[in-house]
Amino acid sequence: MASAELTGAEIVLKSLVDQGVKVVFGYPGGSVLPIYDAFFEQNKIKHVLVRHEQGAVHAAEGYARSTGKPGVVLVTSGPGATNAVTGLTDALMDSIPVICLTGQVPSHLIGTDAFQEADTVGITRPCTKHNYLVKDTADLARIMHDAFYVATNGRPGPVVVDLPKDIMINTGPYVGPKRAQHSSYKPQVKGNLAAIKEAVELIAGAKKPLFYTGGGVINSGPGASTLLREFVRQTSAPITSTLMGLGAFPSTDESFLGMVGMHGNYEANLAMAECDVMICVGARFDDRVTGRLDAFAKKSKKIHIDIDPSSINKNVPVDIPIVGDVGHVLEDMIKVWKSTARKLDKKANDSWWASIAKWREKDCLKYFQGKDIAKPQYVLETLQKAVDGKDAYVTTDVGQHQMWAAQYLKFQDPNRWMTSGGLGTMGYGLPAAIGVQMAHPKSPVVCVTGEASFMMNIQELSTAVQYRLPVKILLLNNRYMGMVRQWQELLHGNRYSESYMESLPDFAKVADAFGLDSLFADHPDQVENLIADMMACEGPVIAEVMIDQKENCFPMIPSGAAHYEMILGPNDDQPTVSAKGAALV
Amino acid sequence: MDKMTERHTIGVLVDNEAGVLARVVGLFSGRGYNIDSLTVAVVDQNDDQSRITIVTTGTPQVIEQIKAQLGRLVPVHGVTDLTVEGPHVEREMALVKVAGSGETRVESLRIADIFRARVVDSTITSFVFEITGSTDKINSFVGLMRPLGLVDVSRTGVVAISRGDKPM
Ligand SMILES: Cc1ncc(C[n+]2csc(CCOP(=O)(O)OP(=O)(O)O)c2C)c(N)n1
Ligand SMILES: [Mg+2]
Repeated sequence: MASAELTGAEIVLKSLVDQGVKVVFGYPGGSVLPIYDAFFEQNKIKHVLVRHEQGAVHAAEGYARSTGKPGVVLVTSGPGATNAVTGLTDALMDSIPVICLTGQVPSHLIGTDAFQEADTVGITRPCTKHNYLVKDTADLARIMHDAFYVATNGRPGPVVVDLPKDIMINTGPYVGPKRAQHSSYKPQVKGNLAAIKEAVELIAGAKKPLFYTGGGVINSGPGASTLLREFVRQTSAPITSTLMGLGAFPSTDESFLGMVGMHGNYEANLAMAECDVMICVGARFDDRVTGRLDAFAKKSKKIHIDIDPSSINKNVPVDIPIVGDVGHVLEDMIKVWKSTARKLDKKANDSWWASIAKWREKDCLKYFQGKDIAKPQYVLETLQKAVDGKDAYVTTDVGQHQMWAAQYLKFQDPNRWMTSGGLGTMGYGLPAAIGVQMAHPKSPVVCVTGEASFMMNIQELSTAVQYRLPVKILLLNNRYMGMVRQWQELLHGNRYSESYMESLPDFAKVADAFGLDSLFADHPDQVENLIADMMACEGPVIAEVMIDQKENCFPMIPSGAAHYEMILGPNDDQPTVSAKGAALV
Repeated sequence: MDKMTERHTIGVLVDNEAGVLARVVGLFSGRGYNIDSLTVAVVDQNDDQSRITIVTTGTPQVIEQIKAQLGRLVPVHGVTDLTVEGPHVEREMALVKVAGSGETRVESLRIADIFRARVVDSTITSFVFEITGSTDKINSFVGLMRPLGLVDVSRTGVVAISRGDKPM
């Protein structure tokens, strides 16, 4: 054995350090004890002990989305790995770079149904971007660096490295991260210039152009958001964003039409339907955006910028596909735009904006705050006032509260908004907030949640307390799985099958038991104070607001409907949803 | 399927590493694509690369998706759609076991001769024929053997390569 050799566990640690990792979210167990031992003897990397492995992955996601750096997870074999699966799937759907190190039984026991053995690479193959089973300590360092490369290059995603225990104990050589190209994975970063020129031509000739932007802008880095702002200004075209893309463009800007999609703004969806040139930037024509496909945006030519070739023409055929990194492509587009001194047709543009102004007059987010019970919209508007100018980070869970947060909060910058978009994972919000707060200890981090979602990973309160992470949990309690109830009203004749939250705990007592503060409001008059107190809290806090149980989330494109057939409020004619539509999720 | 489907032969060059076939097959099953046939073998000992040939059917949109999805798998070095990329050769091999005696036995031998199938095993009561050719040719050969005492068929599935001097 050469003296330069390290144990597998030391190699894992050293490669993490060399990759610039500062925090690992994890949970120990038999198969990863050698790695935990290596952690014990160092202080370069902080380990955050979560209370459930799903929480570890969501925390890593929160860390990644709020920093642009990969999040790192360490879990044990068997149940540790299977508990991480929901988080991994979540990260895959939302394109979040996560490296998940899983323990595995020693090599010679693999395949024998050994204690806490699971076929982790088999189970995680479809829910990771890539995964590795390390079979020789000599390959370990290379695989570790490969994992970081794959997770962060191209369309980001989760990568699992499965580590049999003997590989951690055996020794092998260490190699540093090499700059050399990966042998097979070489995502295209620069867009095809001819296609970019063609796109610029198309935009310049547009009478009703529209930017439709998504999480790809955020993933491309803050530079891409800056370029997007510049290009939108140059073209003076309106812009809308998916749930994932919020923050890439300031939502207070006149050009911003609000979020698009199932619970998007009326003006945004109508503009999608009516535009003649759609510039899709890092979005993927998800079913939550398109509504019924055969009725989607029929009047437009479409430009689609995406780093993942498989996103192109997947759901919606496009006219000019540009495969490449959003930032690089926008940079080139702006160059071409400027060098050819293009301008949109002023008259056409004015009348386009006039139509938009008409749609805006509907004021689709209006709501009525009565005297007796707080409306969720009001609570979120109050939160917005409180965080204005404070560089706050917001995470959410999944349900009505998530959509209200997307609709009523204002986003100024990328990487400030963390929500489970693709998978819609209840239980995401609290652990994600923990990850965000780890990365930004001084910034306000608010988790907007519902009582049902909150209970899915409520154990992470203990993590927040242990690491003194002052996450602010704004709990919008409607005593229902509100979003489920809303669908039951729309599709199942108000039969509230199993959507009422019976036997809810007293959340003040929960807070007390876990050792954090709590606040409570059950009247609209108390909301302002509650939010102010929540913002002033120095430690973690649960701020619970009893909201109107019957409030529903509007506007809404009912399932199976075209994206311009929106219900604007409870008094709108409730459409009869077709059998085909009812079959959709 | 309400739209027109097409049959495509796709070649995929991959790192010959554990799990790579599972990734490809999992992609097809997970996304509901068809596999009509799939072959795989190491083709480059030095670089440790394997070549997978997949025959699949789908609408043009699905075929495009299949190629894009294959292309983004990390251990994939290249994807080529032989059906659209120009002239190519497709071959399949089959071993066909036929049992019989008397006139049917002679007839099977006669047909094998017409199809240029070789006898690679023979007993008093059986033959094993080896036949190479297009999928259609093998289908018709097997069809003709059926009334003559067909017992077993083992087929390789399609392997394919482009014509001319260019690599994939
Ligand atoms: C893990 C998981 N299970 C089930 C669902 C389906 N689902 C979507 S929203 C929702 C209700 C959420 O209730 P709550 O957290 O109270 O939020 P609300 O809609 O009331 O604001 C459910 C059950 C889900 N998204 N995730
Ligand atoms: Mg609720």
